[in-house]
Amino acid sequence: MLWYWKHVGRRRIIEFALLTVFAIFFAGPLVNLLVLAFSEKWNYPNVLPQQWGFKWWTFVLAKDDIVSSISLSFLIATLVTVLSIVVCIPAAYAFARLQFPLKRMFLFSFLLTNAFPKMGLYVSIAVLFYKIGLMNTLLGVVLIHMINVLMFMTWIPTAAFRNVHRAQEESARDVGASPFKVFRSITLPMAMPGIVVASIFTFLNSLDEAQGTFLVGIPDYKTMPIVMYSIISDFPSSAGAVFSIILTLPTIILLVAAQRLVSADVLASGFQMK
Amino acid sequence: MQLSVRELSKRYKTGDGVSGINIDIQKGELVTLLGPSGCGKTTVLRSIGGFLEPDSGDILIEGRSVIQLPPEKRPTSMVFQSYNLWSHMSVYENLAFGLKIRKKSKAEIRASVDEALKLVRLSGFEKKVPAELSGGQQQRVALARSLLLNPAVLLLDEPFSALDAKLRHEMREELREIQMKTGLTMVFVTHDQEEALSLSDRIIVMNHGRIEQIAQPQQIYDEPASLYVAGFIGKMNFMEGVADGAKIRLGSLALPNVKNLRGRVTAAVRPEDVQLRERTDTEGTLTGKVKQVMILGHYAEVTVELAEFGIIRAFQSKEVVQRLQPGQEVGVSITQMTGFPVDEAKAN
Repeated sequence: MLWYWKHVGRRRIIEFALLTVFAIFFAGPLVNLLVLAFSEKWNYPNVLPQQWGFKWWTFVLAKDDIVSSISLSFLIATLVTVLSIVVCIPAAYAFARLQFPLKRMFLFSFLLTNAFPKMGLYVSIAVLFYKIGLMNTLLGVVLIHMINVLMFMTWIPTAAFRNVHRAQEESARDVGASPFKVFRSITLPMAMPGIVVASIFTFLNSLDEAQGTFLVGIPDYKTMPIVMYSIISDFPSSAGAVFSIILTLPTIILLVAAQRLVSADVLASGFQMK
Repeated sequence: MQLSVRELSKRYKTGDGVSGINIDIQKGELVTLLGPSGCGKTTVLRSIGGFLEPDSGDILIEGRSVIQLPPEKRPTSMVFQSYNLWSHMSVYENLAFGLKIRKKSKAEIRASVDEALKLVRLSGFEKKVPAELSGGQQQRVALARSLLLNPAVLLLDEPFSALDAKLRHEMREELREIQMKTGLTMVFVTHDQEEALSLSDRIIVMNHGRIEQIAQPQQIYDEPASLYVAGFIGKMNFMEGVADGAKIRLGSLALPNVKNLRGRVTAAVRPEDVQLRERTDTEGTLTGKVKQVMILGHYAEVTVELAEFGIIRAFQSKEVVQRLQPGQEVGVSITQMTGFPVDEAKAN
């Protein structure tokens, strides 16, 4: 073995060590979570569980409020994504193409929702929701979720629309396309990667949102993260592990599916003020 | 008349723009709008294409006013400087887009695309996407897309300016060839005078939003209509002289006063119309000293410092240059010049 290390050289060894530490730091908790989810009995001195099994999976999936929270979360996330596309994409197009007074200020104002402490913002919104009767309603929860993603959904598509050059739109007009046809066949498809990325973020953000939902949706609208809190506090940690895997799964699936589209470029260009 | 522009004017808030633009273009002509950046040539072109709304004036294509029509309804097609192609479509889809809008059958589209690609020598590129093409190939695809729509007027907005010099040269020749084959009417915008001179049937020289001269390339070069055109096209020496009846006197030189000018005159002299002689005592020459000799391949540019007029440049053959040394006294004579009244020079 020794000759091998000598051959590799000190620099490579240090690199290798750093990489290992990094991998453990990242993958360690995830591996632990996976093992925990499939363990039925796991006592302290043992490195691995004494007994493996699906006991906690059946337990979690058998509980009605958990299953219903999963479908509720996905329903809300879908609604939030669709609605914010409807609201934000036209706005993003306007920001990218039209000249109007105070444009930069409007664009900047979308950042404000992310500038305040979330809880403070939610409480003041909750006061408003009380007055107009939106507390404990689906619409209220959806609105709270949308506030979170306004910035993503506007800034990233704005950059995507900006990257469609005017000459590209003009040449489509030139060969005979009406303005609407140009938008549908040229501008929108070319901006699609940015819009898809923003939509995925919106969807995941909504799946993950707990604070606002907790404030506005309780008691009737218990989404996955809310139920997660009670499971962690009420049941053994294995149940929590099972549930967090269920919660993580859509994120991983969506990110893998969109891997080709999610690039640092798309994200970075969304946060340029032009 | 294939294309007529009548009294077109367009002013931007910045004060830039064009006014009093009158252009008539025959069927099958290739006409270049030439001028420095900001002279308004692109404004004129974009107005013809429908991408700009002029303040006043009219544009007629094949005798029909198109001023009210949006770009998609005009019988024009434009090749832009860059970003012509749609990056999410293949070359075939790029070319077919306009034909699909026109509800052509699949077979017709396929045939037109094949033909257009053959014309720009890109057969077999149908399946590629724009990102896989070089800059020159992209511009050729853009050209093909315009060609297959068979426009009444093809508009080209500095289409080759982003390409390197050699490619630009090739593209020029190719465009000229395509124009011969198809007989299309073309309006070409460029700031490159070499491009304009080599490509055009006629050149429209523009400056500060106005037309300075419309003429054939040779005429623009030989008989510039204004001091601006004289200075803009090719190399030119400017000397000050005085009109004296039928002659214009430049020191001891006397040249014919073709335009019947009076008073002080700015004489524009092409470097190739300047003759150098070794002897200096001859009547009818100016005297000067050779400052510099620059060999430019098959000819040389000689800079001579004249006693009365300052520096003058002359193009000389290699044989003449071999006998010239910097510092040498030479006699300078001028075979041809164009005179302009001096006041005009001040106005410019």
